[in-house]
Amino acid sequence: MPSESNRPDHRIIAELIVPGSSVLDLGCGSGELLYMLIKDRGAHGQGIEIDEQAIYTCVARGLNVFHGDIDSGLSEYPDRSFDYVILNQSLQQVRHVEPVVEDSLRVGKKVIVGFPNFAHYSARFQMFCKGRAPVTASLPYQWYETPNLHFLSICDFFVFCRDKGITIERCEYIGDRGRVSRFPNIFAQIGIFVISK
Amino acid sequence: MSQKESIGIVETKSITISPPGGFLLDCSRKLETVTIAYETYGELNSERTNAILIVHALSGDANAAGFHRGARKPGWWDSMIGPGKGFDTDKYFVICSNVLGGCRGTTGPSSVNPDTGKPYGLSFPLISMHDMVNCQKLLLDHLGIERLLSVSGGSMGGMQVLSWLTRHPDRVRSVIPISTAIKHSPQQIAFDEVGRQAIMADIHWKSGNYYGGPPPARGLSVARMVGHITYMSDTSMHEKFGRQRKDCIDPFKFDPGFEVEGYLHYHGDNFVKRFDANSYLYITKAMDNFDAGEGGSLHELLRGTDAKVLVIAFKSDWLYPAYQTKEIVRACKLAGLEASYCEIDSTYGHDAFLLEIEEETHLITHFLKKVYNGYEVMSEYAV
Repeated sequence: MPSESNRPDHRIIAELIVPGSSVLDLGCGSGELLYMLIKDRGAHGQGIEIDEQAIYTCVARGLNVFHGDIDSGLSEYPDRSFDYVILNQSLQQVRHVEPVVEDSLRVGKKVIVGFPNFAHYSARFQMFCKGRAPVTASLPYQWYETPNLHFLSICDFFVFCRDKGITIERCEYIGDRGRVSRFPNIFAQIGIFVISK
Repeated sequence: MSQKESIGIVETKSITISPPGGFLLDCSRKLETVTIAYETYGELNSERTNAILIVHALSGDANAAGFHRGARKPGWWDSMIGPGKGFDTDKYFVICSNVLGGCRGTTGPSSVNPDTGKPYGLSFPLISMHDMVNCQKLLLDHLGIERLLSVSGGSMGGMQVLSWLTRHPDRVRSVIPISTAIKHSPQQIAFDEVGRQAIMADIHWKSGNYYGGPPPARGLSVARMVGHITYMSDTSMHEKFGRQRKDCIDPFKFDPGFEVEGYLHYHGDNFVKRFDANSYLYITKAMDNFDAGEGGSLHELLRGTDAKVLVIAFKSDWLYPAYQTKEIVRACKLAGLEASYCEIDSTYGHDAFLLEIEEETHLITHFLKKVYNGYEVMSEYAV
């Protein structure tokens, strides 16, 4: 049976990876994406997740998962242990972004990063016109309850990669109604990048 | 937590094996014959692929589940082993044996030395964790089990699990080490040494030659009391005892007036009835000497192994803290083993592996299901 994930970011990531690849999903949550990659793309994978309840769901899904934080869980892997390291909706939540991205690029041949775009027009509108901290479909939290530690835009990520000498191999954008190809920094809710070094 | 049925009445079986050339120990000495006490639950399937070995901790025995006739208490891991439980005896054939060096039916220092006709005492050779595992291997050969579906145990049991993984990887399809360490830290060795010194300081110990006379009960009881302190946590002690005093005791005498004191005395005194002091010395020494990495790094030993691994630790366990259990996870990462790790939130301390049944059951049930049925089973998991 096909996997059940309906999330557009999951579908795009599944398309991005070469079938049969090895993947390390950092911040895999309850394992929806990892399960989909194994089931539909023949991947073999490992998850790392901090939330204990999510671990139970992962194990019930038959996944291999390590309970722990991304910041410390990555450094133990040898170089190029995986075809892909995935940081989907988790990079903005890690404490130290740079070492995590560096280490991901070391451990994986390629890294897939997915994050909410802080410069989406709806966020801009809420800040500029209403003077409020934005709450959008991809940034659904109030300022006092958000797990996000970093707020970045699509543009910010391009600049980050340029400054750090990281190659962007592909980028995909998801807007309010499916994929976005023009003016992603305004219209994309989510950006997904395949990067390498 | 749902109370599932117990396996019912069980009994300990025993076999005596004289391997050709004797049973060679890590210390290079030999035992001509070994007797192994064991129990089995459930049915071995015709392909002999559903056998799970349960390995016990320091004070355990072969009675892991079910009741001995007339007993009020079930085996030491009854909540995890039985029909519909984590180690489901409707599906799996579960084996548990008393360790070598023990005193609950398997050959140990209290056994009679066939050469002298007297109990071994301290003439019993120094044993290792690997010797215990080799002894279990003899039992499996006797039962005709080529490859185990899994080996699981907590604490010292977890060390035997690691020994199975490094020394006999071809005999295990998966392993589940719980609340354990690759090797003892100075703190763990220190606690063990206090226990051993308490025994050896007892006037009745007599360099281990106390059989036939009064045993070093006070010493062994103190050793057990120290042990029990390390099995609990600050929180669990607060919750269980607080500063409650027992009734009718003059608080100004040195009687055990606090509840916690009474608890320790009760467990110390009970332990003496079922455990041999020399076994305590030999087994704790085997734990202290154990190093799964055998002087090097564990991940080097694990390279090329294809066993699947589920590692479990508990948050409040300070005797075997999670950072130690995580060393196993690290070795799995470096060696590229398929593994999962969960640090279960608990306030029970080291005892948690015997008490946090719901979480352990969930993890172990699903893990075993995957190992047993392979990846096809994932199609069932439309969570």
